[in-house]
Amino acid sequence: MSTFAPTQPAASRASRAWSGRRRWPLVSGTGAAIAAALVLLPLAFLVVQAQQSGWGEVQRLLLRHSVAVLLWNTLRLTAACTVLCAVIGVAAAWCVERTVLPGRRLWAVALVLPFGIPDFVVGFSWVSIAPGLHGYLAAVMIMTLSLYPLVYLPARTALANADAGLEETARSLGLGPWQTFARITLRQIWPAVLGGCLLVTLGLLAEYGAFEIVQYQTFTVAIFTEFKLGFDTVAACALSLVLVLLSIAVLGGELALGGRGRTSRSGPGVRRAPARLPLRRWTLPVLGCLVALCGVALGVPIGSLVYWMLRGNSSTLPGTSLLSAVAHTAAFGAAAAGIATALAVPVTALTMRHRNRLTLLIERLAYLPMALPGLVVALGLVSFSVRYAFALYESSLELIVAYAILFLPLAIVGVRSAMGQSSARLEEVGRSLGVRPAAVWLRVTLPVIAPGLASAFALVFISSSTELTATLLLRPTGVDTLATQFWSYTTAFSYGAAAPYAGMMVVISAVPAYLLSRRVSTLARRRPDA
Amino acid sequence: MSRLIVTDLWKGYGGPPVLQGVDLSVEPGSLTAVLGLSGCGKTTLLRVIAGFERPERGSVTLAGRVLDNGHSYMPIERRSIGYVPQEGALFPHLSVSANVGFGLPRRERSGRAVGDLLDMVGIAALAERFPHELSGGEQQRVALARALARRPDALLLDEPFSSLDASLRTRVREEVHALLREQGVTTVLVTHDQEEALSLADDVAVLRDGRIVQQGAPVELYERPADEHLARFLGAVNLVDAHIAEGSAKTRLGALELRPGHSAPPGPGVVMIRPEQLAVRRADAAGDGEDGLGGTVEQCRYYGHDALLEIRPREPGAGELLLARVAGAQALPAGTAVTVAARGPVTALD
Repeated sequence: MSTFAPTQPAASRASRAWSGRRRWPLVSGTGAAIAAALVLLPLAFLVVQAQQSGWGEVQRLLLRHSVAVLLWNTLRLTAACTVLCAVIGVAAAWCVERTVLPGRRLWAVALVLPFGIPDFVVGFSWVSIAPGLHGYLAAVMIMTLSLYPLVYLPARTALANADAGLEETARSLGLGPWQTFARITLRQIWPAVLGGCLLVTLGLLAEYGAFEIVQYQTFTVAIFTEFKLGFDTVAACALSLVLVLLSIAVLGGELALGGRGRTSRSGPGVRRAPARLPLRRWTLPVLGCLVALCGVALGVPIGSLVYWMLRGNSSTLPGTSLLSAVAHTAAFGAAAAGIATALAVPVTALTMRHRNRLTLLIERLAYLPMALPGLVVALGLVSFSVRYAFALYESSLELIVAYAILFLPLAIVGVRSAMGQSSARLEEVGRSLGVRPAAVWLRVTLPVIAPGLASAFALVFISSSTELTATLLLRPTGVDTLATQFWSYTTAFSYGAAAPYAGMMVVISAVPAYLLSRRVSTLARRRPDA
Repeated sequence: MSRLIVTDLWKGYGGPPVLQGVDLSVEPGSLTAVLGLSGCGKTTLLRVIAGFERPERGSVTLAGRVLDNGHSYMPIERRSIGYVPQEGALFPHLSVSANVGFGLPRRERSGRAVGDLLDMVGIAALAERFPHELSGGEQQRVALARALARRPDALLLDEPFSSLDASLRTRVREEVHALLREQGVTTVLVTHDQEEALSLADDVAVLRDGRIVQQGAPVELYERPADEHLARFLGAVNLVDAHIAEGSAKTRLGALELRPGHSAPPGPGVVMIRPEQLAVRRADAAGDGEDGLGGTVEQCRYYGHDALLEIRPREPGAGELLLARVAGAQALPAGTAVTVAARGPVTALD
């Protein structure tokens, strides 16, 4: 055996620059850089604003007693909601994907639908039927019921794609069903669940409308109040900086918990679909739980909306303004979903295929907007356009870009769930068949990750359609979306007039949620792992 | 012609190098098996040849074209090398015929070409199926047809039969062998199965610790392994003390003819006798004790077509157990007294 180490000729180092394999990071790298730059734009505004007023002033604002209260409020709410969402989301996903649940196709869809009801509408629906509802517990309940689908959806995809062989092996090694679930199944879906929890946590940090309605003070509510009512930009920015730091801590925590675990399979052959567990005498209790969950998460908001619609029937129906609001909402949502998905692909490709500190940083940056209140992103864009690109100011494009920035994290979660399963090996084989990298990407990678793209698109579309705060700030003059119309009627206590707009938001979100659900179940069956 | 030449190839993944100066030459139209234990660098070697990985040093040329020599690098898609990975790696979203036609120009994808390829590997009836609807053997055939579709200059097979069950494996192996013969494509097959390597390949190269320790025709390798380790790797052996002389060796089994060309010095040494070179007779048969070594069968491992006998020499101090392979019908139960004789020629080990 030889003992000398190979010396690497300098020439081989140089030739890497134009090797076919290493050209790809350039393409995905460019896309990821654009995404990162867009995300950093509003952040830059925060820092610029804070700097202009002086750091001493910022320090003075942050040391006020109320900041500690806000911090405590925000943290205890976040902890409780995230844990509840994880438990509910995984349990519901498991029932739908792994048991012979009667009517499971229906449940699969019904369980996603609460995500289509904006948090502020859920808050409105509870408070309007139970006016005494406010404070911590009300906030925890409303946010859990609104956000658990963020865990449910990725958990379901992961459960559908998990390898049955591993679970069967565990059972044959003497593990009971519960142990198998805890030690094998949960491990397999862990990255997906953690990704969902991350979104829940970040979504909680960014929520404004629902907390305003139940009168629960968090950072975001305080920022909105400082800016909108106190016209205190400096205080708003100072508080926003704390919020950004909180989100960075959350992202770091997810990393520590191993959210980036590899889920690609290595075994030979084609994956088998996991077996479904017969429920037998558990059928009724499980059905009961699902009915209860859908009842509170879906039934109460919809029932309340229907009630107010019927009550408000005496007033004239806002026919044409409703239609134009629908058109605007759908157009903005679709455009934003397209952009966000297109940006999520290079970010995901880069971070999954070329893992290093820089790409990890880019991925983390891309997650940041979930923790930035729509308000902060909107203000960042307003300030940017007023100073540097006035043509963008109050344009549709600016609103669409704001949506794309805000919901980029959702798109990444969707794309990542699919790309983790698609193997770089398929691309290698494609190229060895004489097909150029770009064509391989179109003919292999894209179709394989298509379910992920569809779910990314749907997630962004739903979220954009129901976004309130950024829309209030950025919409072009005279253009109303469903959310802004709903909010202006609600704040004027015209619940009857507001209800149809909320109803339309639910309908608009239900369509992609339904399609998404169908795709997940059919494609999961069609798509063996490679 | 499409000769594949690999010279002094080095490759590591940050840690100790996986390939440590691999030299390999594959004759045009021949099938060369790279044989090695798992983790010896077989797959890495194939991936470097295919262009999926870049070597740190060394060169790969195919049909006179330089694929990689540290200075220039030919992109994967221009190499004209078909690759069949271990698990097939069929495109899950495409039907069998679309998989096979993947690398063909668009107008040929729907034509006769794909049908002919499917016929060739015997799965014409499955053209419209999807990969998840195929058995392991069918998937391998599709992967093979896909790799051959563009008539590549070379074909790389990465343990293509290891995921198939035993009965299917032999059949698919033979069919693939016949097919590759017919196509005359230069092929490198990577395997850890010595039987597969010996029975399929024109040439076998043994990869150990990141280098090729011996390359040659199967018979050459089996009969004249470079060292004891290699001798055992390729099959069961008896290593018998001997006194080496010109053209023959004196052993406890008598004087045996030596294969020429060995480099062992005259004097005390070791010869390698394969189990099938030992003839075993019942000791009570006629001609008892004529020539050969008396012993007792200690264990009989019966395989059906043949049986492997472990024989304890009778005289004390006559050395360790002898392994003898006999036809299945001649299997002898444990405890049988036997006489063992060797049929030359045998190989002297260094």
